[in-house]
Amino acid sequence: MPPPHSPDAPTLAELRRLTDSVGTGAGPDAAPTLPFGVAGLDAALPGGGLALGALHQIHEGGPRGRYAATAVLFAGGILARLNGPVLWCLHSRDLFAPALARVGLHPDRVVYCETWRDTEVLPAMEEGLRHRGLAGVVGELTRMTLTPSRRLQLAAEGSGVTALVVHRLCAGEAAEPEPSAARTRWRVAPAPSDGMSRRMGRPRWRLELQRSRGGAPGAWIVEACDAQGRLAVPASLADRPAAPERVQRRAAR
Amino acid sequence: MAQDGARRVLAGVDAAARRFGLYPGMSAAHAQALVPGLHLVPAAPEADAAGLERLGLWCQRYAPIVATDPPDGLLIDITGAAHLFGGEAPLLADISARLERTGIAARLALADTPGCAWGLARFGEGGIVPPGGAAQVLAPLPVAALRLGSEAQRALQDVGLTRIGGLTDKPRAALRLRFGAEVLFRLDRALGYEPEPLAALVAPESPRVALRFAEPVGARETLERVVSDLCARLVPELERRGLGARRLDLIFARVDRLDQAIRIGTARPSRDAAHLTRLLAERLALVDPGFGIEEAVLCASRVEPLAEHQETHLASHLAAGPQALDLAALIDTLLVRLGAARVYRLAPVESDLPERAVRRVPALAAPLGVVWPTDLPRPARLLAPPEPVTAMAEIPDAPPLFFVWRNTRHRIARADGPERILGEWWVTDAEADLTRDYYRVETEAGERFWLFRDGPMQANGRWWLHGLGEA
Repeated sequence: MPPPHSPDAPTLAELRRLTDSVGTGAGPDAAPTLPFGVAGLDAALPGGGLALGALHQIHEGGPRGRYAATAVLFAGGILARLNGPVLWCLHSRDLFAPALARVGLHPDRVVYCETWRDTEVLPAMEEGLRHRGLAGVVGELTRMTLTPSRRLQLAAEGSGVTALVVHRLCAGEAAEPEPSAARTRWRVAPAPSDGMSRRMGRPRWRLELQRSRGGAPGAWIVEACDAQGRLAVPASLADRPAAPERVQRRAAR
Repeated sequence: MAQDGARRVLAGVDAAARRFGLYPGMSAAHAQALVPGLHLVPAAPEADAAGLERLGLWCQRYAPIVATDPPDGLLIDITGAAHLFGGEAPLLADISARLERTGIAARLALADTPGCAWGLARFGEGGIVPPGGAAQVLAPLPVAALRLGSEAQRALQDVGLTRIGGLTDKPRAALRLRFGAEVLFRLDRALGYEPEPLAALVAPESPRVALRFAEPVGARETLERVVSDLCARLVPELERRGLGARRLDLIFARVDRLDQAIRIGTARPSRDAAHLTRLLAERLALVDPGFGIEEAVLCASRVEPLAEHQETHLASHLAAGPQALDLAALIDTLLVRLGAARVYRLAPVESDLPERAVRRVPALAAPLGVVWPTDLPRPARLLAPPEPVTAMAEIPDAPPLFFVWRNTRHRIARADGPERILGEWWVTDAEADLTRDYYRVETEAGERFWLFRDGPMQANGRWWLHGLGEA
C-alpha cells in the first residue's frame, strides 16, 4: 500500500504516465536512470542506465557469498554517483566504512541502522523508501521472497528513492535466486586483474546482469569502482564481448 | 540524626560510619562514644523527600513511570523502555554508573514485580531477576524483604518463619488465619499474583495534556485516535511556550490502575502533530489495555526551545534541500523502532589501526566534512577479530605465496605490501610491541584479501586474515 500522507499521492499526470506504461513491463519510460558509463552495460538496460526509484538486487558471485564484499562496493559505487543521504541497513558489524569512502560514498551521507535480522531490515528499508530526498536505501538481506520485494518496489516507485538489496548468502543456502519484483538482478564477482604483471592493479569484477525487466541480460568484465564510484572497461578487453554463451542461454528464457 | 522523643538517634549512616559499627536507630550519644569526632548532621526529612523526588524526576530519563518509595527508594517501571538502552543489563549499568558519578550510593535490582525488586535491593545483592524467577530469588531472603509491618514481622519470627521461602510452601488459609491478610497480600505482590500500581511522578513544569473517557476504551483504532487528539492538543501548548518535544511519555491509566506507558524520543525538537502521532502510534502495539483505559496523559518530558514560527525552521532546512526535515522524521521513526544506539553515522578517527578508524556520531549531527585517507586501499569487510590463517612466504618481508583460511587454500597471484602499522602505545601499554605488516593479496580467482603478520617472520610472526574485498 502506498503511504497515506498527501505529498506522496501521485498527481493526475503521473497516474496517466503510469497507466500508459502498464503492460510494457518496463515502467514509465521517462523514469530517470543512472548510466554506468560502460557502453555495453548501458545498452542492455532500458533507458540507458540503472532505473532510479526502483528495486535492484545484487548477489555476490564467487565462493565468498556470505560476505558479499564485492556486492557492497558495487552498491556503494552506484550511490556515490547519486545526490542525497543514504540509509544503510546493516546485517552485521563487518562493513568497513573507509572502503565505501574509497568508492566515493562520503561518510556524512550515510546513516547506518543496525537491523540484524531480515525481519528488521525489510520494514526499515520500506520506511526509508517512503522518504523522498534519500539517494537510496541499501539493505543487506539473506533472503527476500516475492511479497517483500513487491512492497519495496512499490515504495521505491512511490518516492523515487532507489532501493538496493545486497544478498548475503547463509551457509547451506541455495544460490539460486527466488522470484522477485525487482527491476534488475545483478551478480558481481571478483575477476582476476590484468594477467601480465605481479603488481596489484585496479580490481576487476565480473558483472552479470541476470535479469532486467524490459532489457537484455548480459555479462561484462569491468574495472571496479574508482574514487567517484565509476566503473570502466578494461583497456585490454575493450572490444571483446564477455561470456556470450551464457548471455544467450539466459535471453532464451 | 533525628529526634525520637527525648532521645537523639541516628536517622541514617553512610558507608564509612557503617564500617565503624554505627547503624540507623542507634542513639547519638552511643555513636559519639564509639566514634570520637563523629560528624552529625540534623536530619531533614522534608529536604530528603524533595531530593528523592528530584532524583525520581531525573530517573524519568530511563522510563516514563517512576515512583518514589520514601524514605530512600525509587521504583522505575522499565516495561518497554529497556531496548532504548540496549537491554536490561546495560540499562542498570548506566543508572549505577551515573549515580556513582554523582556520589549517590545505590543498590539496583530489576525484577518482574516492584515487590521483588524492592526486597532484592534492600535485603539481597541486587541484580537482574529473570522473568518468572521471583519466587526462587526471594526464597532465601528474610521476611522483612516483603515490606511487612513490624508487628507481622515479629509474629512470623516468633514461630520461626524467618525466610520468605518458608512462607511460600505453607497453606494459604492457615497463613491468613494466623498472621492476618497483610502477609499474604505482600507475598502475592512480590510474586506478582497481586498487581501493584505505581503512582508516577510528574514534573510540574512539563507540558502535558490529558483525556478522560466516560467509558473505558481499549480498541486499537480508538487508541490511535486518542493519540492523534492528544498530539493535536499538546502542540499548541508547546507552541505557546516556544518549545519542541524531544521526548514524549504517553501514560494510559487502566481501570485496574496498572498504568501502561509508552515513550518516544525525537532526534530534533519537534512540534509537528502528525509526526509525533506517527511515532507514538508505532509503539501502540506494546500497550495492553486490559479491562479498559480510563485516562490518557501525554507529557513532553524533555523539551528544547524551538523557534516561534516553524516556518523559519523550515526555511533553514529548505536551503539544504526539501528533504532535510524529512530525514529527521525518518531517523525518529527508526530510533523509536530500533533504539538510539542502533541508528548512527560513522566518522573517521585518526588512527592507524583499522579497527579503531571508525567512530559513531548521531545520525543528524552536522556534516563533518572529513574522510578517511583515500590513498590506501581498504577492505570492504573487516573481520573482527581477525581470523588466523596459515601462510607461506619465500623470504622475510615478501608477500605470501599462498594461505589457508578455513581449510581452503588460496594461491596468491598478485600481492602488494607490506604496509607497516605500529601499535598505539599511548592508548594502552599492551600495544607497545604491536607491529603488523599488512599485505593486500589477490588470489588466482581474482578475490582480494587483506592479510597481516603480527611480527617479523624471524620472530615467528603469525598470519591473520583481516579483511575481504578491496576498494
